[in-house]
Amino acid sequence: MSLNTAHALTPAAQKRGARRQRLDRMFRFAGLAALMMMSVIVVLLLGAILWRGLPAFTQHQVRLDITFPAPQPEAVSNTDYGQLIRQALAQRFPDAAPEDIRALRKIISPSARLTVRDALQANPDWAGQTHSLWLAVSAKTQTYLRSPGRATELGERDPKVLTWLADLNDNADIRRAFRATLFQRGDSRRAQSVGILGALAGSALTLTVTLVLAFPIGLASAIYLQEFAPKSRLVDLLEVNINNLAAIPSILYGLLGLAVFINVFHLPRATPLVGGMTLALMTLPTVIISSRAALAAVPKDLRAASLSLGASHVQTVFHHILPSAMPGVLTGTILAVAQALGETAPLLLIGMLAFIVDVPTQVTDVATALPAQIFLWAENPDEAFSDSAAAAIVVLLLMLLSLNAAAVFLRTRLEKRRW
Amino acid sequence: MTEMQTSPAATERTDTPKMTARNVHVHFGEIQALSDVSLDIFDDEVTALIGPSGCGKSTFLRCFNRMNEMAENATTAGQVQIDGRDIYANDVDVAALRAQVGMVFQRPNPFPKSIFDNVAYGPRIHGLAETKSDLEEIVEASLSRAGLWDEVKDRLDDMGTVLSDGQQQRLCIARAIAVNPKIILMDEPCSALDPIATGKIEELIEELRLGFTIVIVTHSMQQAARVSQKTVFFHQGSLIEHGSTVEIFTKPRHERTKDYIMGRYG
Repeated sequence: MSLNTAHALTPAAQKRGARRQRLDRMFRFAGLAALMMMSVIVVLLLGAILWRGLPAFTQHQVRLDITFPAPQPEAVSNTDYGQLIRQALAQRFPDAAPEDIRALRKIISPSARLTVRDALQANPDWAGQTHSLWLAVSAKTQTYLRSPGRATELGERDPKVLTWLADLNDNADIRRAFRATLFQRGDSRRAQSVGILGALAGSALTLTVTLVLAFPIGLASAIYLQEFAPKSRLVDLLEVNINNLAAIPSILYGLLGLAVFINVFHLPRATPLVGGMTLALMTLPTVIISSRAALAAVPKDLRAASLSLGASHVQTVFHHILPSAMPGVLTGTILAVAQALGETAPLLLIGMLAFIVDVPTQVTDVATALPAQIFLWAENPDEAFSDSAAAAIVVLLLMLLSLNAAAVFLRTRLEKRRW
Repeated sequence: MTEMQTSPAATERTDTPKMTARNVHVHFGEIQALSDVSLDIFDDEVTALIGPSGCGKSTFLRCFNRMNEMAENATTAGQVQIDGRDIYANDVDVAALRAQVGMVFQRPNPFPKSIFDNVAYGPRIHGLAETKSDLEEIVEASLSRAGLWDEVKDRLDDMGTVLSDGQQQRLCIARAIAVNPKIILMDEPCSALDPIATGKIEELIEELRLGFTIVIVTHSMQQAARVSQKTVFFHQGSLIEHGSTVEIFTKPRHERTKDYIMGRYG
């Protein structure tokens, strides 16, 4: 049939048809091209981050045979563990002159003596014996080992160091291991000793405060505005303002937090408490807007069914409308919190962009947050710090991804129970 | 058709009506949806409201449980009484009113909860059951009355929304009955259903007639003829004609009613 009717088309109609199909193809091609371009950009971005960040999760270690001194009951803490390392180096390289030992010591991280001390404390019976220990290399050695082709201070000052490293390498006395300390420590002045635990704890505490404040307040506001607020000029004005607040640059919220929470209420500066309160202000409009959209999307039928049974307005909202809107509310809240997780500018103004060694354990401890920590490390001229920054970026991205995955999971899970 | 001939309501009833509407006007903002409607509705019979789309029949139905108030700009003037009591008086508790006037909607709208919870919701919020077994009894009685018990008794924990459309609509009827209302309003209860499901609902309406005052809005004149004893014809927000169903369908007094029933417009 369709073939027959096609024959009946006038030339003009055929021409129009061909043109329409051409436009159709062009539009589809444009869409596909845009999608491909976006994919390439995403792959490049992720690739660059992972290329830089993944090696920073590992560190090189050197195996040394440490001879622990015989038991000295009262003097364990007085043992010079640095000396033990120097002795082990002298044994490992018998040809090295005494002045070379100092250069050799610089291959090993200064904090390696802590590793030796911990090993002895964990195994007190090792005293008087010799055991192999893997010790972290110093920052400069690390940089060299990661990209040996590049000229470094290491080789320039003392070419012999490179020979020793090659010797260690040939005897399988250098290995690459997971850098567990990255997740066990806070910030440090030494590039090889830094960890993201402090920043992670700071971010977690800050986001907890944000969530505890923004979710109930935002949801309550949304329910009132969507379900109960009378139609009036004032409410309209409020709505417009909430929408505008969602678009305000985040640094202004930082200024607000500084002016109100710190200068007026004298809450402790640079703490997750103030950070969380400031970020809660920032996320509130997003939570309100997304919750209202979720509430508005609940079918009118459900409302009518509940009201017709004699349920009050409040019962209708809390028994039927809110449960049905919950997937949307939670998704919006999680995405708003994910946005807060990546925020740096407001934290800058309330003092959370700071060098803080201790891992915070409560909301009134001074702390920094993950994105602030990344900024601090990235601007450090020492390349070893930017390695850690890259690793921290990977961790931040993973956290964002898992938050978004949680949003998707909650949505599909809760939507099964919907109308 | 046998129903029509045996209908006891062929003559005017002289007893007290269950519900009365006097000079009712309804506006939605500037738009007048209903103008000057007066009608008596009696118990133990089914009153069908018919008329073309937008004629105001649904609006009139919703006057009796004040559901028009879901639209913020709705205003109702005139008097609506149930059992001689003005339901638009200031001291009337709308929730208590709606507990007495059940409603079934055009599209089946069970709650996204279990079948049991759907029926139990009304009794729960109105405190009709003292114990859990009381509640179970109410649920079983309501589902039985709605002709659904045998189909769902083994899966009361399933979601109400997984039932077929016809079953969902009967679930909605059971949910309305469970609150023990005196009146059931039905707003085109079969327009979303297939003929078999429609037949079941119509049988159910006939069974429920003697326990409840039923008002049904319908687009189908055959349905009005099948299930109702009284028929009311609306056109453009006005009540044109009302009377026993037999009369309206056999010898309508007004031209418009006749045209509509003959299918000239609608």
